[in-house]
Amino acid sequence: MMAITREHELHKRRFGRNVGLGLVLVAFIVLVFGLTIAKVQRGGTIEAFDHTYRPAIDPAAQPMTGGTE
Amino acid sequence: MSDIRAEIADGQSGTGEAGFGDYVQLLKPRVMSLVVFTALVGLLVAPVRLHPMEALAAIVFIALGAGASGALNMWWDADIDRLMKRTAKRPVPAGTVAPGEALGLGVALSGLSVIMLGLAANWLAAGLLAFTIFFYAVVYTMWLKRSTPQNIVIGGAAGAFPPMIGWVVATGSVSLEAVLMFALIFMWTPPHFWALALFMNSDYSKARVPMLTVTHGRRVTRAHIIAYTLALVPVAIGVGLTSIGGPVYLAVAVVLNAIFVLGAWRIWRRPEAAAEADGYHVEKRFFTFSLAYLFGHFAAFLIEATPWAASLRAHFTIWGA
Repeated sequence: MMAITREHELHKRRFGRNVGLGLVLVAFIVLVFGLTIAKVQRGGTIEAFDHTYRPAIDPAAQPMTGGTE
Repeated sequence: MSDIRAEIADGQSGTGEAGFGDYVQLLKPRVMSLVVFTALVGLLVAPVRLHPMEALAAIVFIALGAGASGALNMWWDADIDRLMKRTAKRPVPAGTVAPGEALGLGVALSGLSVIMLGLAANWLAAGLLAFTIFFYAVVYTMWLKRSTPQNIVIGGAAGAFPPMIGWVVATGSVSLEAVLMFALIFMWTPPHFWALALFMNSDYSKARVPMLTVTHGRRVTRAHIIAYTLALVPVAIGVGLTSIGGPVYLAVAVVLNAIFVLGAWRIWRRPEAAAEADGYHVEKRFFTFSLAYLFGHFAAFLIEATPWAASLRAHFTIWGA
């Protein structure tokens, strides 16, 4: 049986796998970040329910005149 | 796996721990590239424009879903893949990736891709992706593939969904154009795979996969190829009369379909002895051309989506101004 050394082929393969996985994770983060920016830039209601009643996000509570659809 | 155990495995079988590339192979990158291309076309020819980042994310998650179904397919089919020359070097039968790892990766990526597509685009697209993964991994791989010679006819639906998903990502709904793009790939799949089966028959026989060539013989398979190719023609031409078609697409479709029908006719007319004598030259050429056929049609859809093609289309009343 060959001795396990620092330069063993197994270590190279394992290093390659770790680098590959690292790059995939970084790409995933970049993708989700970019997607978030794109969705936020597109506008729309950003406010959401926050455990208390918020008239600002209730369409029924909006004034009838001058409202925007 | 510890170093010592890996070393023992290395010594015994010539394989050790999987490298990153082995996991990539598990996702069937060549199939994935076709999925990416057709889904991208479905997305780009839709009448709704998406933010490039949303489009990129959607395509990545559709590709991941396709990869997930590929990993599940390799996990389930490892026993027959081992017997076929064409598939024996896949990571699971070759012993570089453990079956459990393939299953784990497939399940994890399936969940991730569907949820992320739902968040990035819409839940109808995510639902279609989930159904596609289910259809390929369960309906085709686990059920049809080993039980009926119609396996690739029905199973072909899995490969036909990507452009429809791309369209739904952009528009949020299914329309005639999306259905016809689905139908184009669905009808193209049987002649494509049966041509492959004609020159890979021994592989399927060895693995006892009931391909049409194994159960009904090559003569019947040749007849099926011409029949399905003829049935494909009106679908391929018909898409050209919808909003995603146009004169460029129609011209491309007419040429590609004429060549495809001619190839199918040659295959039909050929005696088996002649095919064996020249190493299935005609069948191999037909199989290779079938890839160009599909690529050509979808590339033509893309051309029709350009402003140049729109101005050209305005001259033809059939597509409207």
